[in-house]
Amino acid sequence: MQTININGEDRQVDAPPDMPLLWVLRDRVGLMGTKFGCGIAQCGACTVQLDGVAARSCVTPMAAVGSRKITTIEAIGATPAGSKVQKAWLELDVVQCGYCQSGQIMSAAALIAANPNPSDADIDAAMAGNICRCGTYTRIRAAIKHAVKER
Amino acid sequence: MQREPVEAARAALVHEQAEQGVTRRHFLKLGVVFGAAAGGGLLVGVTLPARGQVTAQGPSGAVAADVQVPAASGEFVPNGFIRIDRSGQVFLTMPKVEMGQGIQTAIPMLIAEELEVPLDQVKIEHAPPDGEVYRDPLLLNEHMTGGSSSIRFAWEPMRRAGAAGRVLLINAAAARWNVDPAACHADAGFVLHPASGRKLGYGELVEAAATLPVPPGLEKTVVLKQPADFKLIGKPHRRLDSTSKTNGTAQFGLDVRLPGMVYAAVVHSPVIGGKVVKVDDTHARKVPGVRQVVQLDNAVAVIGDHSWAARRGASALVIEWNNGDHARVSTKLLAADLDQAAQRDGVVARKKGNVEQGFRNAASKVDAVYRQPFLAHATMEPMNCTVHVTPGRVELWVGTQVPARTIDTAVRITGLPRDKITLHNFLIGGGFGRRLETDCTGQAIRIGQQVGAPVKVMWTREEDMQHDLYRPCYYDHISAALDANGKPVAWTHRIVGSSIVARFFGTSAMKNGLDFDAIEVAADLPYDIPNQFIDYVRLEPRNVPTTFWRGVGPTRGAMVVESFIDELAVNAKVDPVEYRRSLLGKSPRALNVLNVAAKAAGWGTPLPQGQGRGVSVLHAWNSYFSMVAHVTVINGEVRVNRLVCVVDCGHTVNPMTIAAQFEGGAIFGITAVLYSEITIEGGRVQQSNFTDYPMVRINEAPQIQVIIVDSTEAPGGMGEPGTAVTGPALLNAIYAATGKRIRQLPVGRQLQTP
Repeated sequence: MQTININGEDRQVDAPPDMPLLWVLRDRVGLMGTKFGCGIAQCGACTVQLDGVAARSCVTPMAAVGSRKITTIEAIGATPAGSKVQKAWLELDVVQCGYCQSGQIMSAAALIAANPNPSDADIDAAMAGNICRCGTYTRIRAAIKHAVKER
Repeated sequence: MQREPVEAARAALVHEQAEQGVTRRHFLKLGVVFGAAAGGGLLVGVTLPARGQVTAQGPSGAVAADVQVPAASGEFVPNGFIRIDRSGQVFLTMPKVEMGQGIQTAIPMLIAEELEVPLDQVKIEHAPPDGEVYRDPLLLNEHMTGGSSSIRFAWEPMRRAGAAGRVLLINAAAARWNVDPAACHADAGFVLHPASGRKLGYGELVEAAATLPVPPGLEKTVVLKQPADFKLIGKPHRRLDSTSKTNGTAQFGLDVRLPGMVYAAVVHSPVIGGKVVKVDDTHARKVPGVRQVVQLDNAVAVIGDHSWAARRGASALVIEWNNGDHARVSTKLLAADLDQAAQRDGVVARKKGNVEQGFRNAASKVDAVYRQPFLAHATMEPMNCTVHVTPGRVELWVGTQVPARTIDTAVRITGLPRDKITLHNFLIGGGFGRRLETDCTGQAIRIGQQVGAPVKVMWTREEDMQHDLYRPCYYDHISAALDANGKPVAWTHRIVGSSIVARFFGTSAMKNGLDFDAIEVAADLPYDIPNQFIDYVRLEPRNVPTTFWRGVGPTRGAMVVESFIDELAVNAKVDPVEYRRSLLGKSPRALNVLNVAAKAAGWGTPLPQGQGRGVSVLHAWNSYFSMVAHVTVINGEVRVNRLVCVVDCGHTVNPMTIAAQFEGGAIFGITAVLYSEITIEGGRVQQSNFTDYPMVRINEAPQIQVIIVDSTEAPGGMGEPGTAVTGPALLNAIYAATGKRIRQLPVGRQLQTP
């Protein structure tokens, strides 16, 4: 048993040290909002935040989490940046199939929390790790810009 | 999703209903003119389950959608699409699945428009798999979502369903007030009688509406609104599923959780068609959390307490395969097969005028061969299915485009009657044709037969990519005979490739050996060319399975036709837009979208060196499209700067969704044209993940402008055209920028100098 902090709560989880955080969240804790897409940190569907920094949970072993605070899509709306991003996503009707959007929102929220006025290049740098097969990129970019304008 | 007691109770209810079956319900028939669908007024009988008694459950026998709420007694169920409970809550049953295309917003708009209910108050349910009413005449009468057919299917019957419900509610209120129904009207979930100022909510009318007699000929007399009176249809409306898809609560098939559930990781034969000979699972069984190893004909599954244990166990398997002679299959061999097959005469897809004469009298000729590769679907949600097989029963949790075929698959494998199979359908994390197939579901059932617990079967990205059913590789040969001005007087086109229709719908769906999908666009050119001969040679790529992929026939057809028309324009030294205009005299809608696109894109204005614009025109799915792509090519790398897309898809339902579908379809098309290719060597698919089968990312995404032209025509399809119209516009823009004509996809490194 190991204790990790998920969405502000200490949780005891039974998982081997090499088990990626993604599967701990999904199969052990039951938080299903974080998605599996590629398993090799190429698509970003599994993005969570560790101490507010976007991380690919599919390649983050349990043993590497340590005392860092894990935030998932289920709780990101409680942060100012997450809330703005979610509202902007609704406002601009970003989603299509929606499968990648948890990861997109986690990356976008980490971006605007760290950089309140991201340029197009900043958006590219922060979001290029998140694939959307439905191709919602133009709306994602517009929604990030919309989100930072929100007070 | 942990199963709450209420849900378990619902599952029990579902079983009970399934045993009772759905056939005892009565159906009423609606005659519906499906003009656009059939290309000219085919009368299609659409059956709606009769509204009936106050029911103890939902409208259907085996409905068990994840979004379903426990049914209360005392409901009004006017037909298979609407259910209203005593509280006035309106449930709409969706004949089409949601995979991103926004259909579970657009169909509710159609129903709500006529039912007069606020859209933000309806709840959405998945239709059960076996309901007659959910079958789509455009998809060979199957209950299926695909082929950009949903709005064409839904346009009239969904509005009639809503209108029928409204009439019955008005009648119920009028009877209670003892007034003429004509003096009442419905608005926002209420029936009103303006003369007396009375009003009643739909919830208060449920029981009366459910017991009143159905007016004779309701289906014919029900009057649909005039477009001028539409409150919802044609107005932009935000999607109904956004909130759940932005806060992590949206449930895809992969997200199901059941008590006692175990997890399966699968290792398929790396060689397509290979069989398991021997499995050494000594090491796999030693992995903590591994419970069981299940051997199938062509794959081995490791069952674990969680996905990671199962995957680690799968990695530790030592499997001996029998590849037969499948290991000799390669991309090179299949390309040679195509070349050879192209020498055969095909089945005639279109014959117009006299091409021989046209070629004899031609001033000049142009000729080109185009080759397109296998493509993977690469949906973001990898293939998965959760199954619980118990004696005499199968329960399935999966997001599928083909609910009825999913049941068929379970019946075929288990031999159980249909009513012993329960399907829980889910939101789909990307379909694009992949989830028209039930291969993963079938495999999950076979695994489930050997596992005494609910088991979630999930493929890795690698398994998903290497064991897809692929968009076929194709060979297209087009020749044109030209007059002195370079205009085509005769046109021949031979299409060589796999027939998806033959496998998917059966050879009975072929007409004289002709695959209706493979010849789309090619056999129905918008251009006025007097002599045409188009034929189709079916060639299956040996053991490589093929299936539908966003746009298939039209995507392939538009790629080559629109490239070739551009080649003809270049040959004639005429501007490509001007050249097309001169051939579109008999297709005013195509001409209009072309003109609008050219104007909006600033066609003809000068561009710097290394940049170019390309244009395409498409008539497919009963819609018309034109795109102007603007690209920059530097050091052989293509940067797509801007796409201007003009859409004439007839009367719009939700313009917001139309734009979104077009934007996304275009990105999908850019990925395919620039990067995508599945290659085979030694019988194995060589690509495995997004590293070697890359996707366009946000930093590569162009500006996209979608212009929807006003139209009063019946609606056409919108899910696939964005992809189909983008490919040739890009290729033509690349030509304009570089002078290099790409005839073999993808573009890849072809523009780079060695």
